[in-house]
Amino acid sequence: MSKLTDIIPRDFSLHPPRIAPDYRSSRSRGPIHKPIGFATTMTEATGPTFGHDVLGPNDHDLLINHAVDGGSAIGPRIVVHGVLRDGDGRPVPNALIEVWQANAGGRYRHKKDAYLAPLDPNFGGCGRVITGEDGSYSFRTVQPGAYPWPNGGNDWRPAHIHFSVFGMAFSQRLITQMYFEGDPHIALCPIAQSIPDAAAIDRLTARLDMEATMPMDIRAFRFDIVLRGRGATLFENQMEGT
Amino acid sequence: MAKLPESASQTAGPYVHIGCVPEFAGLERGYHSQLGTSLRADLTGDPITIRGRIIDGMGDPVLDGLVEIWQPDGAGTFYTNGKGFGRAPSHAETGEFVIETVMPGAVIDQNGTLQSPHLALWIVARGINVGLHTRAYFSDNVAEDDPILSMIEPTRRTTLIAQKGSNGYQLDIHLQGEKETVFFDV
Repeated sequence: MSKLTDIIPRDFSLHPPRIAPDYRSSRSRGPIHKPIGFATTMTEATGPTFGHDVLGPNDHDLLINHAVDGGSAIGPRIVVHGVLRDGDGRPVPNALIEVWQANAGGRYRHKKDAYLAPLDPNFGGCGRVITGEDGSYSFRTVQPGAYPWPNGGNDWRPAHIHFSVFGMAFSQRLITQMYFEGDPHIALCPIAQSIPDAAAIDRLTARLDMEATMPMDIRAFRFDIVLRGRGATLFENQMEGT
Repeated sequence: MAKLPESASQTAGPYVHIGCVPEFAGLERGYHSQLGTSLRADLTGDPITIRGRIIDGMGDPVLDGLVEIWQPDGAGTFYTNGKGFGRAPSHAETGEFVIETVMPGAVIDQNGTLQSPHLALWIVARGINVGLHTRAYFSDNVAEDDPILSMIEPTRRTTLIAQKGSNGYQLDIHLQGEKETVFFDV
């Protein structure tokens, strides 16, 4: 059984504030009170982990995992890959990453998304992977389109993929978004710009990776993710592995 | 090793259900395993149900939210392999979430202190920039001297306590307002 460790406190200066006024939804949904901190207990030091058996054969391939009759999603074919690490630089193996996104036209497969761009019958828009022993992950998809959204003005989201990431501890849980290198909408987006640190926004921006790009097939983008680091050992041999 | 800065959080947006509970979101060809749907089947303990809504600062229910649950079994034991993990999405019309699980056992923390039975909850939705950690305790199963609840001023402590009624437990999550839920930096 693995040791359970303390989770080092979150550096909130690297994250959006609870209320970012230019992102209107946060005005009524961001808590006013500061969160209350306390030393890590069993509840936060533990967390769900998932075996590869939860994955279906095409969960990592959004090009085809919702396609019918051998089809494939419409749009620029891309592979997104990277390494999941914790704040100490250690790879995080066997961690579940879930992704979801709009299709190449900027439309989500959701009954509340009524954007003009059509649905793609071969694209669902969700996928999931589990990191390898070296913390690496990879999935195939189409590059999503930019789309307009109601925020009070002429607001367009940069092309982005949502990431839901599990670590070893429930307090490491993270949801974020991946942007694409060179997208002029990043600088205009109230959600991306809710992050007060320019370098932190840049770290959410995937880079074209020609080394991993497959000739005449698919372009690669590189996106590394970092979860909170762990500290001193709190407990040993406390979790049941069954 | 050099310290790496944590990746910045971003809102889960209005379509988190597509990514985390695609079957609930109506995707016709979902996954062959739906994570977070088997708390009660996976854990031994007394069955309980908690219902509630996430309420925003205007008093309106959040319709695009997701509550994640992490808990031990009825004896206070935490598991790996996804056991003890649950997901309760907000209903698209009413905002109600339903947690069907078992009463968690009391947990002994590293100081040897007993914590009253509780669920760890994590709340995400459009407009929530960093996922919100909180807890649910139980009105008929909470110790006066619980080490975490004791840190919180009494008027706000009640925001963490699910109230037992004829229809199971009830706990609303208030993002803002007079009844703003206590959230944790953990």
